[in-house]
Amino acid sequence: MDETDRKLLKATQDGIPLVKKPFAEVANSLGISEDEVLRRTRGLLDEGVIRRFGASIAHRKIGITANAMCVWNVPDERVDEVGNTIAGFDDVTHCYARLRTKDWKYNMFAMVHGRAKQECEDVADRITKAIGIHDRKILFSEREFKKTGVRIE
Amino acid sequence: MDEVDRAILNSIQGEFPLTSRPFAELGAKLGLDEDEVISRLQILKDEGTIRRIAPIIDVKKLGGASTLVAMSVPLDRVDEVANTINMYPEVSHNYLRQDKYNIWFTVSAPSKSRLGQTLKEVGEKTGCPYLNLPTVKTFKLGVKFEV
Repeated sequence: MDETDRKLLKATQDGIPLVKKPFAEVANSLGISEDEVLRRTRGLLDEGVIRRFGASIAHRKIGITANAMCVWNVPDERVDEVGNTIAGFDDVTHCYARLRTKDWKYNMFAMVHGRAKQECEDVADRITKAIGIHDRKILFSEREFKKTGVRIE
Repeated sequence: MDEVDRAILNSIQGEFPLTSRPFAELGAKLGLDEDEVISRLQILKDEGTIRRIAPIIDVKKLGGASTLVAMSVPLDRVDEVANTINMYPEVSHNYLRQDKYNIWFTVSAPSKSRLGQTLKEVGEKTGCPYLNLPTVKTFKLGVKFEV
């Protein structure tokens, strides 16, 4: 990761142009060759600096209007096993263990998207049954204030 | 949106071809020519279905830090507080949810200290109590929707 890599990420993070040779256009703006742009982008992907290169879809626009943050209070010694079980559900897009605080006992988080709230609730119920932990909550998103993706400066 | 659009959307969420003519390559897989792929993508982008075709960056690999914050905001202050939070470029996602903690946002910063500073500032500016819930372990991270 050098200064050119950083410039490359900054030049592409808001989207590559929809033209025949998008990477050549990015290369032009950076004063490097198209080959170098492609080689560096693949390198950053291999290193994991880029998690994924692809399209971000506005899921509301494709009818996926329900977004549920499902949380469970999982005993510390079961976190790995339960996390892996939840990750195995196709309808779960994200699954994390997070720090517990004194005012928030739920340490396992799964994001579930669906065409209706009921669809998300059904998935949460199936997960609850699979892990056998009933101390849980479902927090639907009522409004989206921001969704820009992670950016660097 | 028709079947062709759906096929395009399903094909570009995962591994976008990192090649000189990526849209020609996508088209070859879908039986479409390059120009049609580009013009359909342009329409999908203009109508807001596609936000962007871009790298998703892992700030931790760049020495950065991120967290999820849950804030407890009085209902009559939700818009004002959400606007204050959104002013920070470090905030990438921000949602209203039904709970005592009703505003949930993610923050990614170039360093741990900058992350701490951002949280402190948001807390002071809004005057609302919040929880800092950083990730301990990631089990899954892959937003891909079947369209």
